[in-house]
Amino acid sequence: MSQLDFSTTLGTAWFSSPIFTASGCAGSGKELAQFFDLRDMGAVVTKSIMTKPRAGRATPRMAETPSGMLNSIGLQGPGIDAFLANDIPWLVEQKARIIVSIAGEAAEEFASLARRLRGVAGISALEVNISCPNVENRGLVFACQLESAQHVIEGVRRTIGGDLPIIAKLSPDVTDIVSIARGVVDAGADGLALINTVLGMVINPNTMRPHLGGRTGGLSGPAIRPIAVRAIYQVHEALPKVPILGMGGVASGADAFEMILAGASGVSVGTASFGNPTAIIKIQDELRAILIDKGFTSMREAIGFAHRPESSVR
Amino acid sequence: MAGINRNAAQILANVVGNKKVGQYHQILISVGELVAHCKPGNFVAISVGGPSSRMVLRRAFAISRTAISPQYGGTIELIVAPHGSGSSWLCGLPEGAQIDIALPLGTAFGIPTTTVNALLVGGGYGSAPLFGLAEVLKERGCRVDMLLGASTAAKIYAPLEGKRSVNSLRIFTEDGSMGETGRITTPIAQLITDLQIDVIYSCGPMAMLKAISQILDGGNVVHQCAVEEAMACGIGICMTCVLPVKDESGKIGNLRSCIDGPVMDGASIEWDLVGQTVVL
Repeated sequence: MSQLDFSTTLGTAWFSSPIFTASGCAGSGKELAQFFDLRDMGAVVTKSIMTKPRAGRATPRMAETPSGMLNSIGLQGPGIDAFLANDIPWLVEQKARIIVSIAGEAAEEFASLARRLRGVAGISALEVNISCPNVENRGLVFACQLESAQHVIEGVRRTIGGDLPIIAKLSPDVTDIVSIARGVVDAGADGLALINTVLGMVINPNTMRPHLGGRTGGLSGPAIRPIAVRAIYQVHEALPKVPILGMGGVASGADAFEMILAGASGVSVGTASFGNPTAIIKIQDELRAILIDKGFTSMREAIGFAHRPESSVR
Repeated sequence: MAGINRNAAQILANVVGNKKVGQYHQILISVGELVAHCKPGNFVAISVGGPSSRMVLRRAFAISRTAISPQYGGTIELIVAPHGSGSSWLCGLPEGAQIDIALPLGTAFGIPTTTVNALLVGGGYGSAPLFGLAEVLKERGCRVDMLLGASTAAKIYAPLEGKRSVNSLRIFTEDGSMGETGRITTPIAQLITDLQIDVIYSCGPMAMLKAISQILDGGNVVHQCAVEEAMACGIGICMTCVLPVKDESGKIGNLRSCIDGPVMDGASIEWDLVGQTVVL
């Protein structure tokens, strides 16, 4: 079986591969382009952009943990003006597919960012990052409360119209992720990005104080993969028609395959790129080989396969 | 902001030498033609622990020296102290072992086009890239004086062969176990006058780099320092290794020390804001 349709869709957006960067783990793609052609993967999901330039949190911003890491960046970025002037034209020039991730301090900021992006050519979808844990207080993690999550998504939906698929990025740090997922879909999200990092902390035994400048940070890497697989599985079971962009510790083709079986239509690679600049290409090649080996003729046939009864055959 | 080192590549390379010298290891890696792009100040990022490792991040090391030999082709030398689990793994590799390495990364020390008087200041193993730099500067006809310092003798990295490439070498230890007793920064102000120093190249702990910058504040001596910040990726995508830097218009921003550094203009770094929240 050599013919494999590797393409995927997220809402109305089509991608030649289901493997993407994860927002915040690839900048706007310029650095990874030193190591491979950005056209060789599904899409670049850009680092969440905000209205104004932002310096982010104090250092130290990083702590390696067993099979993972904590980060406490705090959405450092150039702001939407510089992003539209520099990053998007560059990505378009590379002929890369682009998913723009946006973040805001209030629902209005998300909506105004969506307004700036609405008419921009070359963007395939919008990721609405309502779950960054590295913010001043938990109230700013919109994805932790149903009402605030819905409020943000409704505002973006109203602004963007039907032009661009909206993907809401959710946090695993909630009691019931399915109810949040259902809520943001009701509010107008076309797809879901699962999962953002898990809130964590490392205490330095020498200083006997929290190691990170921001005290808490987001845990990523293979350590959180089972949490991501569980979240994707639960949400896909409840909302089988809603496309999911899965992420959380994917480091191999087998890991990506696991997320697809759980219900992901696409898989983002984040922390693995820190340890291996060409991780995305490796994961993509491995996934393709696994799908062919398992007898799939289309990647999309494998989406949610783990939910099918034992007796089911392809 | 600068872009990633345009010569950066990820390769599988062989360890062709691993020699324990005191508390550190001299590790020689065969890197082929990439050696031509490795400049003093550049660093490498190495995947550690093998395929089933629980260490997910690369480890960054400054390139100490480069060479081309008939036996191994282009080689780079790293000076590694087995302090953590990643560096210990690397120091335990036998000759012939294959490693996944990205190089060359980051900025390099600027080499003057005219003959200048250069003072090289290295703290601990931070002295590693200064010997390769000294060779380049000597070839350009520069006068090269060197200060090395550490808390104790065992932490001084000063290979015999390196001493040939400098006009003078003074060593300081805080406990007096080697060379002169005291801090490396103490003689700098006097040396600038006595030796008519034009440029200081420094590498070592951040506190040392900050102290040198304070000594030079307001003067005409150029300070090129190679900074140390914890990095997750080394290639500019994780945003963890940032430092507050002032641009020409006076605006302060957090720059990545892996892309805009590790070699930076000491006068542009806002040392008092390191580890603080920067307000744009």
